[in-house]
Amino acid sequence: MTRRWKSWIKYGHVINVGIQNTLAYRMNFLFRAVFTLIPLLANILLWKTIFSDKTAGETVGAYNLSEMVSYYLLILIVSSMTAVNEDDWQIAADIRNGVISQFLLKPMDYLTFRLSLFLANRLIYVLVAAIPVGLFLLWQKQYWSGPANLDALALSIFSLILTGLLQFLMSFTMALLAFWVLEVATFIFILYAFEYIAGGHLFPIDLLPNWLETILYWTPFPYLLSFPVLIYLGRVEGQEMWNGLIVQFVWLILAFVAARFVWNRGIKSYTAVGG
Amino acid sequence: MEKATMVPEDTAPVKLEKGLKRYLTIYAALCRNSVMRDMQFKVNFLLWLVVEILWFGLQITFVSVIYSHTDRIGSWSRYEVIFLIGASNFIEQLFHAIFLNNVTQLSEHIRTGRLDFMLLLPVNSRFLVSLRTMDLGSYVSTLAAISVMVYAGLKLDLEPTLVHFIGFGLMSVCGIMIHYSLMLILASISFWTIKAEGFAWGYYNLFNVARLPDAAFKGGFKAFFTFAIPMLLVANVPTKFFTDKLQSPMEIIWLIVMAGVCLLASEAMWRFAMKHYTSASS
Repeated sequence: MTRRWKSWIKYGHVINVGIQNTLAYRMNFLFRAVFTLIPLLANILLWKTIFSDKTAGETVGAYNLSEMVSYYLLILIVSSMTAVNEDDWQIAADIRNGVISQFLLKPMDYLTFRLSLFLANRLIYVLVAAIPVGLFLLWQKQYWSGPANLDALALSIFSLILTGLLQFLMSFTMALLAFWVLEVATFIFILYAFEYIAGGHLFPIDLLPNWLETILYWTPFPYLLSFPVLIYLGRVEGQEMWNGLIVQFVWLILAFVAARFVWNRGIKSYTAVGG
Repeated sequence: MEKATMVPEDTAPVKLEKGLKRYLTIYAALCRNSVMRDMQFKVNFLLWLVVEILWFGLQITFVSVIYSHTDRIGSWSRYEVIFLIGASNFIEQLFHAIFLNNVTQLSEHIRTGRLDFMLLLPVNSRFLVSLRTMDLGSYVSTLAAISVMVYAGLKLDLEPTLVHFIGFGLMSVCGIMIHYSLMLILASISFWTIKAEGFAWGYYNLFNVARLPDAAFKGGFKAFFTFAIPMLLVANVPTKFFTDKLQSPMEIIWLIVMAGVCLLASEAMWRFAMKHYTSASS
């Protein structure tokens, strides 16, 4: 019992150090948060133009204008809270530079260590981004939709947490490919590209033809970004929502198993060049 | 020493020609180097091409999804927007091929002190910082962009004349200059704050604006991205020229003027930064 408690304190320290290191990047984060708003605003304006050419009350794939704008605003919030930004590059660099060697000696689990840093990183990002993102949300507040109902709100928050963990574990596993290949950037970008479109970053996936949407719900991509938003807006509900949550949970477990497996294999093939 | 490196601005035509020849020789050597390095990582090179093409496919999916729910965005039809995406990718890829990697590495050069070494070489420092490596993969990716433009052009029943091709080419050069100048201005910020990778990254978000039809925007957004950060000119004007959509020749003039303004601004910024540069270490 005490040993477990001690290990929590250990990772608490990691989070603390992570927060302090991340604070050095606060201007960078602010800049990033502001720049992220530009394509978002462009997309919102694009939809406004499309809707203005339609007769009042006409919808696009069952979205009216405020639901569409709300969708993008919520995606902004979810991605600010859950997106991995530098972690994957740092992990790959740790492996390439041999920093990883010290974790083989220390009584510290690299995955938990990295997860602690990810949490610290997200915490600071959310705090910094709160200013520009908050102002942006206020500016667009006439389009803001509340949650479909209280259950939807609670479950979307639950799904949001799963989303963050899934984001982290998938990026972690991708970055571990650095054990075998020199450049992991390509793989990370392929994942990112899929997430961008199949995760619902560019447009809500329920605008896609039905058969494609159904297939996508079996892949991990919606659960990396838009699933909590769809729950919140009540666009997936009832049985469909529960199924989705189960699939999300299963992907999370699979990602965890994969992360452990790849790590163990990687460590075996790892040779610390130059000690 | 520093003065001697500024020779290319010399007025004497013979000297200019010599200078130009010298710089072309240097650039050829730099390109050869880059290609040799790329070929060491053949698999990665090919994978990277896959990423680019995938990325491109995704943008076209976005357009298809939008147009499955609407007929027009402002005055733009489906294939006009697809042509626009092809054109903006074409311009982006050429910018990638020639400049991007170099400019994004500026903060790294400053941090590691490699910039000091580059400043000591007897060539123009901006030339070296901007053109040191060439990205072969991006040149190959332009082929995908060209095929998309050809496809969209066929669907639109375009009958381009020689003037269309030459005009499109020249306007694309203006677009590349705008991308390059703005990116260099952003990267120069790393002279003052060391952790500036984020600034260069931020620029990727602006590409997203360049890919969208200008008719989707009005008011402040349109004015800002036309006259302050001219993203809505970069690919829109060449596309409109090629598809005979231009409303007035003023749009072309604005593209040229803004490209000039951006170039001058980046040169001013570069000189200012150089003047105040005091190495990273010691």
